[in-house]
Amino acid sequence: MTISTETTGVTEAQGIGASPVRPDGTMKVRGEFAYSSDLWHEDMLWGATLRSPHPHARITGVDIAAALAVPGVYAVLTHADVPGVNRYGLEHPDQPVLAEDVVRYQGEPIALVAADHPETARRAMKRIEVGYEVLEPVTDSEAAVAGQGPALHPGGNVVRHVPIRRGEQNVTADVVVTGTYEVGMQDQAFLGPESGLAVPAEDGGVDLYVATQWLHVDQQQIVAALGLPPEKVRLTLAGVGGAFGGREDLSIQVHACLLALHTGKPVKMVYNREESFYGHVHRHPARMYYEHGADRDGRLVYVKAKIYLDGGAYASTTAAVAGNAATLGVGPYDVPNVTVDCWGTYSNNPPCGAMRGFGAVQAAFGYESQMDRLAEACGLDPVEVRLRNAMSEGTVMPTGQVVDSAAPVEELLTRLRAMPLPAERSGELDLRRLPGGVSNTTHGEGVVRGVGYAVGIKNICFSEGFDDYSTARVRLEAVGGEPAATVQTAACEVGQGLVTILQQIIRTELGVEQVTILPMDTSIGSAGSSSASRQTYMTGGAVRAAALKVRAALVAHAARVLGHEHTELSVAGGKVVSRHDGVLADLVDVLDGEAFDETVEWRHRPTEALDPETGQGNAHVQYGFAAHRAVVDVDTELGLVKVVALDCVQDVGKALNPQAVLGQIQGGSAQGLGLAVMEEIQTRGGVIRNPSFTDYLIPTVLDMPPMRIEVLELADPHAPYGLRGVGEPPTISSTPAIVAAIRAATGLALDRVPVRPEHLTGT
Amino acid sequence: MRLNVTVNGERRQADDVWEGESLLYVLRERLGLPGSKNACEQGECGSCTVYLDDVPVCSCLVAAGQAEGREVRTVEGLAEGDALDPVQQSFVDAGAVQCGFCTPGLVVAAHDLLNRVPEPSDEEIREALAGNLCRCTGYEKILDAVRLAAGAR
Repeated sequence: MTISTETTGVTEAQGIGASPVRPDGTMKVRGEFAYSSDLWHEDMLWGATLRSPHPHARITGVDIAAALAVPGVYAVLTHADVPGVNRYGLEHPDQPVLAEDVVRYQGEPIALVAADHPETARRAMKRIEVGYEVLEPVTDSEAAVAGQGPALHPGGNVVRHVPIRRGEQNVTADVVVTGTYEVGMQDQAFLGPESGLAVPAEDGGVDLYVATQWLHVDQQQIVAALGLPPEKVRLTLAGVGGAFGGREDLSIQVHACLLALHTGKPVKMVYNREESFYGHVHRHPARMYYEHGADRDGRLVYVKAKIYLDGGAYASTTAAVAGNAATLGVGPYDVPNVTVDCWGTYSNNPPCGAMRGFGAVQAAFGYESQMDRLAEACGLDPVEVRLRNAMSEGTVMPTGQVVDSAAPVEELLTRLRAMPLPAERSGELDLRRLPGGVSNTTHGEGVVRGVGYAVGIKNICFSEGFDDYSTARVRLEAVGGEPAATVQTAACEVGQGLVTILQQIIRTELGVEQVTILPMDTSIGSAGSSSASRQTYMTGGAVRAAALKVRAALVAHAARVLGHEHTELSVAGGKVVSRHDGVLADLVDVLDGEAFDETVEWRHRPTEALDPETGQGNAHVQYGFAAHRAVVDVDTELGLVKVVALDCVQDVGKALNPQAVLGQIQGGSAQGLGLAVMEEIQTRGGVIRNPSFTDYLIPTVLDMPPMRIEVLELADPHAPYGLRGVGEPPTISSTPAIVAAIRAATGLALDRVPVRPEHLTGT
Repeated sequence: MRLNVTVNGERRQADDVWEGESLLYVLRERLGLPGSKNACEQGECGSCTVYLDDVPVCSCLVAAGQAEGREVRTVEGLAEGDALDPVQQSFVDAGAVQCGFCTPGLVVAAHDLLNRVPEPSDEEIREALAGNLCRCTGYEKILDAVRLAAGAR
């Protein structure tokens, strides 16, 4: 190609593989980016939600009269005011918009208030009188599987059972290690609380501005509850303050629309932090029984596992989470004989659903703890036992699926092991580098160091035969004497930087610098969810496909205008270029008032459902892998842990934006650190004991160590640009690596996360 | 009640303020300055950090009445016209912004740190930002941003 280096430079500097700044970055640092809780409308009201204080109770009566009488109150609504179907849910519509005769978890919405000030709404809410007949809460997943206890839903308390059977089922081995492991209930703890603004429209419909992960699936559920046709419920994405799975399920969506339609006024709803803990689903707590059989060299002969996931009061995505935990239940290892049973169950605990890692996180704590136990039983180094069992391209998964792109588990581990370790503590004392920090709890006495490794696997995109697609529209025209592209999708920017990636894709494919990303809304087809590490793959793939159609039409047009063979032509750096003759014309001159506009619905290759008896099937599109090495210092007297280093190697296929890739790895690793040593929603009898940032701790800048990171780019030939989803894998291996390091430091078994001080001190 | 407060150099007045409202609520809902954020409203996350008479505070913990007659500087008051403050520019350039909900508070906290300590060590940066939660970045790029800003000032 003979295009000038200058124009190539312009394109490459902003195209894929580069790290241009975010288009929303400047507004965000100025405080001018409009998040869903920042919205304001003339004459708007504030909505509030009355929630059940009981995890399980029969409602004997609701009296709203006193609340309605409060000056400034415009509406008080109950389930009787839901005009459509009073049920919603991502996979099964089993959750009431507002409770009818029974509440199944603490925090379940019962009534709504709209008032002219948020405090008025809260005070009125407290004057609603609800009669309860309190019932015994159901809280045990294993009891649910055993058929014990009262059924919380008509079909019983098992949401889904996923069996996986591969190879010999009655096989024995020379070395057998067993373990029982537990994972606590983790919260997404996104910082931007659930919020939005519903504005009633003249056509009898409603416009909703909301922070969510999937506009269209919200819309489907809202129209069912409101009894309106889809064209009367229009959603626009408001600024999203993080998501991590916690915005997949509805929160304020139907409630705000109900209040707006009922009062005829715009209604804003914003949860505070305590309400947010009740207002979204959490990561499923898990209890897992593992048995690994191996030969004396540490090569796995079989894995047997029973995994119990407590889905709480409503189904949410429990079925899919159970599918992941089951199919990924032996980890990134080549295991000839597999017997896994995974159950997702109902209880009166808080509803659980999507959180970054989605079933793979829980399983990884189990199988990686087992691999360390196996290493010990065989007298092997923990990395060595993993290398001997590492899966690779061509490995047959427990589902029978043959892995048909890079699975560089061995390379991840060897690179990780080769990274330099942090220096031993020595010489000058700096409290800030010790467990307990400036609390001055130790000067090094009682502090021991340990190193731990872990590797994890995650499915990327939606699985099990789901029709997974994204819709994108790309338009190219001349604006103000410059070629300019516009991209329209409904894909939710939740902080991950999708808006930057889509601009980069257009710059690479169309050679134009100026790319506008339109607001995300339901006026175009669905993009699917910003979940499952899938948006760069799916909406990136859709935008690329639409851009290629635009380019083909443009090149055909240019060929006619310029009198060249269209097969000779391409676009780059704002020019039309010929393979043989170099730059032929400015793109803007060739466009000459024409606009090229293409919309594409794009799918990844199809997947299959799992066989319900054997769990066999090509269920996943792509697998992602990351490995971590953690170094910890533990104050054994106080049970305090300081993570000294947390290093990571991850394969991303192709780093479309290296800076954003690192940001995902760092952020995901931090969430894994949180699960390892601090984060848990503690429940007792279904009641949340710590619904605040005072009592639910997430990592601060003092808790996160510096990270060494290596990013591999082993292209997946089936994916756009060869990319591999990035967001979830680093959350998966971070937790077990840290716990392995604590075990190495202390010699304790540690079969539960988060590891708390009392687990280390035995007090 | 009526509240008189100087915000970003401008004298502002708000009427019918309920006594229970926080400075954060008044800034966001009455004065059209939603840049300061409402992530926890209990002083744990730092997303609402503003200067009150040049001292950084969690504006969610300041009763509106306590700001009477005082000077407040919010994230919206750091840039000079189109020119971002070096701390703001560094957050953009370093990739320290993902969802950005923590960003306004962190920008104010980092701005305050660099006013006090122009060349902070990593330990000093960590200590100064320990009251600001971020859920997206793992803090690495926030540290990069503060180092970058220190070099740029």
